Amino acid sequence: MENDFNIAAVSMFGIFVLFTLGITYWAAKKMTGTKNFYSAGGNITGFQNGLAIAGDYMSAASFLGISGLVFAAGFDGLIYSIGFLVGWPIILLLIAEPLRNLGKYTFADVACYRLQQKPTRILSACGTLATVALYLIAQMVGSGKLIQVLFGLDYMYAVIIVGTLMMVYVTFGGMIATTWVQIIKACLLLFGATLLAFLVLFHFNFNINELFGTAIEKHANGEGIMAPGGLVSDPISAISLGLALMFGTAGLPHILMRFFTVPDAKQAHRSVFYATGFIGYFYILTFIIGFGAIAFLLGNPDFLEDGKLIGGNNMAAIQLSSALGGDLMLGFISAVAFATILAVVSGLTLAGASAISHDLYANVFGGGKHDEKKELHISRMATIGLGIAAIVLGVIFEKQNVAFMVGLAFAIAASANFPILFLSMYWKKLTTRGAVIGGWAGLLTAVILVILGPIVWVDVFGNESPIFPYKYPALFSMVVAFVGIWLFSITDKSKTAKEEQEKFDEQYFRAQTGIGAEKAAKH
Amino acid sequence: MDPKLEEIKNSEEYKTLISERSKSKYFLSVLMLVVYYGFVLIIAFNPEFFATKIGMGHASLGIAVGLFVILFSFVITGIYVQKANKVLEPLTAKLHEKAGGE
Repeated sequence: MENDFNIAAVSMFGIFVLFTLGITYWAAKKMTGTKNFYSAGGNITGFQNGLAIAGDYMSAASFLGISGLVFAAGFDGLIYSIGFLVGWPIILLLIAEPLRNLGKYTFADVACYRLQQKPTRILSACGTLATVALYLIAQMVGSGKLIQVLFGLDYMYAVIIVGTLMMVYVTFGGMIATTWVQIIKACLLLFGATLLAFLVLFHFNFNINELFGTAIEKHANGEGIMAPGGLVSDPISAISLGLALMFGTAGLPHILMRFFTVPDAKQAHRSVFYATGFIGYFYILTFIIGFGAIAFLLGNPDFLEDGKLIGGNNMAAIQLSSALGGDLMLGFISAVAFATILAVVSGLTLAGASAISHDLYANVFGGGKHDEKKELHISRMATIGLGIAAIVLGVIFEKQNVAFMVGLAFAIAASANFPILFLSMYWKKLTTRGAVIGGWAGLLTAVILVILGPIVWVDVFGNESPIFPYKYPALFSMVVAFVGIWLFSITDKSKTAKEEQEKFDEQYFRAQTGIGAEKAAKH
Repeated sequence: MDPKLEEIKNSEEYKTLISERSKSKYFLSVLMLVVYYGFVLIIAFNPEFFATKIGMGHASLGIAVGLFVILFSFVITGIYVQKANKVLEPLTAKLHEKAGGE
């Protein structure tokens, strides 16, 4: 069985790789300037961008992770998927339009519209790189392990393959290739998940009640899977997790960057509408898949070892595809999962490279000289640097517990990136001093509280009990960030602070109307 | 600020755009926050409530509410995009015209 499935999965994945390399070749010919590299020339439509955003967001972690969580705990999986989804209306209502109207390539552009370039860019770039690095490591380690199980490939080779392909896509094809890889992958993933959910429901004659009944019968928790369980045990954790998921989404640099790929604010909000639809639909599918996995895999000795799922709970969707559709289906879903990882790490790497070349090089250390060729060159070097770092870190963290990393990435995004972005758009009194002190305080608080909390202090370092009792720091770190920004802004009586506040009206006008905003085509 | 832009800023269209957009923005945001944190607070303080069975089958109230929140998020984005297309975009286009077809 092992060999058959390897052939199906490897050949389907091979087709995906060849096809996407073809796209990269096509995109590489258009890679003439930074605008194409960072934002695909601003020529992506709202619908395409909606798919690409959904693609960025529907990572292997959400596909395998959430269906695995539903498989393990039932209802609790839904808490995560809903948290991941509800950030989208907030992005649409509060962020998307002003972001598109004020920014050029990165969210730091927006924060720097009236704040001082240097300190604000450095902070935003650090927020971006921290988020990207954590996300990237989690994805690399996850992909290595997944590929090891699926393709029987050595962990190290798997990580090298993913890292190398991602470097090729981004270095040569920039945002154009990254976007199209993401769109193709989003379609494949939506198709694969739909097929899987359809097969589950088909077996139960589309009677969802029967599916629930069978799952309750087979699961050790019985009726417990239909209601909230142990995932969030106390009110503070529940609220803190909710905040991190909702506002973290609105601070993820690789997602925010996508809003610069569309021609105007109108297409920007359309893309959120489509993205929310695709993501919401996808999460409903993962819920059905998770319950399907309970119904079909539990009690089936082919998929269990000592009563546990072979390969761990995250393999629930993969094992289910084998149970329902045999080797061919297994191969297809495996190839889709691999493609998903590849597309997501490419998007992350591009966001990280932009922070280095556009924020740090072009606007901080390059002295503000606008040499496009040089900047493009730097972004490519940054991509290769990040790719190598991702491979090395992926290998180093192989045996580590990386489960906390995506959570920490969301916490940092919610406590540093989001407050700065949000307040720079809506709060007149914000000053550079406030943004920098509050932003750093939020970032550091999130990191420190995660280290002192149960996930790192106990699970990773092996201490008896945590110094900080909660798993999710966002409630505290967001408060620290907002209070810090507020306090150090209102007490800032400097001349530059006054100038920054005076520029707000002009900025607000542009944010609301888009008059003077970056255009898609060069005039 | 450029005098021409200053003029646009004082125009009726701009004022209507800002008030119309703010109305829907803040109303829908608050609605979304209430629905989502309502869901979160029930999980936090009264998880048993979500175990309540609904109808004749196995489905629980929690699952129904969860699916509702997902659909609700989508509907909220739909309402705003609809409003933007019908009301806000035409106003913005007028302002752009005034600014010199930018």
